[in-house]
Amino acid sequence: MSDVLDGYPQWLDGAWVTVRLTLLGGALALVLALLFGMAGTSRHPWVRLLNRVYVEFFRGNATLVLLFWFFYALPLVGLRFSTMFAAVLALGLNVGAYGAEVVRGSINAVPRAQYEATIALNFTPFQRMRRVLLPQAFALMLPPFGNLLIELMKGTAIVSLVGLVDLTRVSKNIQGSTGETVAAFSVVLVLYFVIAQVLQLFVRYAERRVDRMLGRRLPAEPSLGTIAAGAPGAGVAGR
Amino acid sequence: MSWDWHYSGEILPDLLSGLRYTVVATLAGYVIAIVLGLVWTLLRRTPSRVFNQAIRWMTEFIRSTPLIPQLYFVFFVLPAWGITIGSLTAGILTLGIHYSTYTAEVYRAGIADVPKGQWEACTALNLPKSRVWLDVILPQAIRRVIPTLGNYLIAMFKDSPMLLAINVAELLFSAYQVGSKSLQFLEPITMVGLLFVVVSVISSILVRRLERRYATT
Repeated sequence: MSDVLDGYPQWLDGAWVTVRLTLLGGALALVLALLFGMAGTSRHPWVRLLNRVYVEFFRGNATLVLLFWFFYALPLVGLRFSTMFAAVLALGLNVGAYGAEVVRGSINAVPRAQYEATIALNFTPFQRMRRVLLPQAFALMLPPFGNLLIELMKGTAIVSLVGLVDLTRVSKNIQGSTGETVAAFSVVLVLYFVIAQVLQLFVRYAERRVDRMLGRRLPAEPSLGTIAAGAPGAGVAGR
Repeated sequence: MSWDWHYSGEILPDLLSGLRYTVVATLAGYVIAIVLGLVWTLLRRTPSRVFNQAIRWMTEFIRSTPLIPQLYFVFFVLPAWGITIGSLTAGILTLGIHYSTYTAEVYRAGIADVPKGQWEACTALNLPKSRVWLDVILPQAIRRVIPTLGNYLIAMFKDSPMLLAINVAELLFSAYQVGSKSLQFLEPITMVGLLFVVVSVISSILVRRLERRYATT
């Protein structure tokens, strides 16, 4: 056990790679989710089609397949990325597609009268989104976004298969060099768990803030709707 | 470099044999996941608080750690304890246990979704506990969660490529092997990607149909 813990600089470096991938991938996913999610609520059929194509393609694919595609296949047609960039791209595009469905569902779940009121008040489409629909939809988005962030963090483990030295890779290396299989793989699981719990704390804090802003109260445990919306499966059209 | 149709035709049998492992791992893992998930949910409802919390944290732990280190754990640690299992078995077990913690949460939410009046009616009728669960609560709860459980089958199918971390010869693994033999990765990996999209789109249409069929509201 102590041999395993002596490798703490390696563990820290690995954890840093995992955290960085989570944050960068999360940022990309958030931007894509908002962009394509709003596209999904558009009045124009071809903008909605854009949303469908993006969501079905990137949600329908496994992140690992996407990563292998960016890493092994695309360089052969002349598109070359750094490993880190390919990983962020694969994770962000995949999780962004789930997020886009969450955003679309949440915006559609804002009561119809709110939308009609903005028409009556002659709001521009931008004002309508920025001042009325998004602030209310945001409270609905946060719990599924929290789930997705954890999924993204777990998803980063795939980069160990294309040579990035993240936590998973470090555990494999340390297991190889010390031979302490049980300790090495136990430590890595605990480290991932700690990262997940910390992320969860941030999400809970954000949820409480947004709910206070809108004067709502949080349910103690997630409802079936929330679980379905944040599920990594497909076909989770918001109700 | 451009797309080589002849080459893609040649590698198709290799990919299909990989697909067989993917399907086997996904389905066998799914059976474990839906059964074990219900077990976790019911265990969390026992009278002992300590026991419930232990189950809760254990499932939380499995749910919030990634599949690949879990695969390593099962595949490399169990032999150290004297249990030797093949890589496919290890993959199925890990996939199943990992997703059982998700389905447990789905069952829990489904049970919580059953109207309170149903419980009260059971009490009023003085039904024995086994009948309350088997004839009243579970039939209603499971009906509600069927579409969500369907989503998790798709999710497991999409996570199955991770089994290549412990050398299960599944779809992506065989694509990678075929590619590394000829150093042409474009065709096999693109074909795998397209296959995933096709399967996911078809199955999400099926799940949407399930949702309509089992809609409670």
